[in-house]
Amino acid sequence: MPPELDQTALDDLRRRQPRFRGLEAGHRACQGCGEALAARLVMESIGPDVVVTNATGCLEVFTTPWPQSAWRVPWMHSLFENSAAIASGVEAALKHQGRDGTKVVALGGDGGTFDIGFQALSGMLERTHDILYVCFDNEAYMNTGIQRSSSTPHAAATTTSPSGKARMGKRHLKKDLLSIIAAHHIPYAASASVAYPADLRRKVRHAIGIKGPTFLLVHSPCPLGWAHDAARTVEIARLAVQTGLFPLIEMERSEVVGVMPIRDPRPVTDYLSLQGRFRHLFTEGDPRALEEREHLQALADHTIAKFGLRGAGPDPLDSDGADTVRRGGNSA
Amino acid sequence: MRQALEGSQAIARAVALCRPGVVAAYPITPQTHIVEGISKLVADGVMDCELVSVESEFSAASVALGAAAAGSRAYTASSSQGIMLMSEVLYNIAGLRVPMVLTCANRAVGAPLSIWNDQQDSMAVRDAGWIQLYCADNQEAVDTTIQAFRIAEATELPVMVCVDGFVLTHTMEPIDLPDQDVVDAFLPPYHFARMLDPARPISLGTLVDPAWFTEARHSHHHALLKALPVIEQVDRDWQAATGRAAGGLLEVIGPADAPTAILCLGSVASTFTEVLEDHPPDDPVKLIKLRAFRPFPAEALRAACIGVKTLIVLERALSPGLGGIVAVEVQAILATVPDAPAVHGFAAGLGGRDMPVELLPDLLAAARAGRPGEFTIADVQLSKLPEEDR
Repeated sequence: MPPELDQTALDDLRRRQPRFRGLEAGHRACQGCGEALAARLVMESIGPDVVVTNATGCLEVFTTPWPQSAWRVPWMHSLFENSAAIASGVEAALKHQGRDGTKVVALGGDGGTFDIGFQALSGMLERTHDILYVCFDNEAYMNTGIQRSSSTPHAAATTTSPSGKARMGKRHLKKDLLSIIAAHHIPYAASASVAYPADLRRKVRHAIGIKGPTFLLVHSPCPLGWAHDAARTVEIARLAVQTGLFPLIEMERSEVVGVMPIRDPRPVTDYLSLQGRFRHLFTEGDPRALEEREHLQALADHTIAKFGLRGAGPDPLDSDGADTVRRGGNSA
Repeated sequence: MRQALEGSQAIARAVALCRPGVVAAYPITPQTHIVEGISKLVADGVMDCELVSVESEFSAASVALGAAAAGSRAYTASSSQGIMLMSEVLYNIAGLRVPMVLTCANRAVGAPLSIWNDQQDSMAVRDAGWIQLYCADNQEAVDTTIQAFRIAEATELPVMVCVDGFVLTHTMEPIDLPDQDVVDAFLPPYHFARMLDPARPISLGTLVDPAWFTEARHSHHHALLKALPVIEQVDRDWQAATGRAAGGLLEVIGPADAPTAILCLGSVASTFTEVLEDHPPDDPVKLIKLRAFRPFPAEALRAACIGVKTLIVLERALSPGLGGIVAVEVQAILATVPDAPAVHGFAAGLGGRDMPVELLPDLLAAARAGRPGEFTIADVQLSKLPEEDR
């Protein structure tokens, strides 16, 4: 063995391998789970030198049914609302011990981030802990059986915002979390989608390289909660971006510095019609259905205009081929 | 060297001597002076720790938990509503078997709002799975704080050091702060076997189904029971190191063969110790100063009650609709003892009401006039209440 290829160097090489999976296969997520896909992509991009904290939710439950665990990195779940605070403690400890090189990543769903864990997250950002917080946004409390959260989109039906004679699903708007995050003036915050893995990886790698608090909101379809074909998770996630309903943006110190352009925006009905949670918006002859569809289209149009999402180039699709080859998973 | 120190300042200095890696806290009266003291020690460079000033008690406990799980000695402090807000995390810390130390500056729990001392807050979380130690004076608070880290790290259980708010936290007393080298020798560097470490990844806090939950609870229960001799041993070791014990599991003060005993927790034990010095010798009364409330030192209590005919239990908390908390537990523990003493339960000193020296003869008289097993709020002034509430 040449001297430069000693064990440490080999370990370093191993650490550089994009194949390293912090989150392994074999866990108990549903077929087509967007969150499982997103978490795998995030963890692949971070590598092994990390401590992960995880809020209560699907990800925690389906990855760690005692005595099994799908995590190859040190991982800790405490409670629903304190992933950011647990991570703050981990980060403070690593700093005190001089283990600053180890990254700290806090994970949570939209319930644990937009709602019950919001205060702890705000505190973590304000105190400028060196932590990447990733929210897997599937737009409802899926783990407890699809109840509405403040991230649930307007008009979506959940078990606590059902549609009926008097209601057309959720009456309120999806909380604009990124704007609130931006108000903390953190170095980097972005939205991403499982439909754009190369973009997601790039954002994770960028965020993890920054010293200070960073935030990533990852749109993660839930076939069970959204009532869509589990084979169409990526397609639906892409339509959320292409309609303008889920803009992919990047912010530095609260300024928008990058957007994923949409060359040819799709009508929101292309997105809505594939999901059972919006079925009531397609009831024949119901004027409320038309009104809500128009309302959602107006929201998308507003978002496209606000962020200047209309682009001239081709729509970015899943052009992750080079990365796939390097990982050795696909020779086609 | 003895020096005049406010209780909170003394506790802050004691925490500093333990070299915690991370301190997290949120202000609440009467805990504030402890955290302010630590903040100043950090600002002055006396303490080398990461001080995380959080946005709630919920996060204070959570930050301390994350830090301890990542391998740092961790500390937090709170009171009253803060302990209530923390309570979900407190259960979690204990269930995860992560060691840390928390000072509870005991205070009443509202409503009605009261910032003053009683022990309702720590009593409310007695089932969280923490070790709870109650301090009678500020020297005990200092010594117990240092011992608590060693007990926590030996048992992998969190320790709550209960110190009466204001009565102790805001009172100047002559305190002997041990030297740093004494504490360093007594308290070796923290090593957590299940530390979050990329070199040896583990999953901490997993989902446990009914096939395993009972066993986890059993282990936790037994870990607390097994902590009983550890608490005693650590106090003996402390005595060997400093010449001073802090009360072991419980301490009996007064004539061992007294037929009457008063059991209490916290600073009132110091008041009663002084009162009993002047008590008539023809009416021997002894004091049972309960230091460890969780785990409950059942054997030590039974031994302390041998020959006791009348046992007065005085507590600064209330279980509305039942009465005493400590009294009921004491009764249950003594139920298997032949010739068990008659237990008379009293609450007093709620929400900061003073516990004057006259309270002791009043309790003795009330117990002798009352029926065994009865519970009374000893110092309630019924004349202040409308007829129907008396």
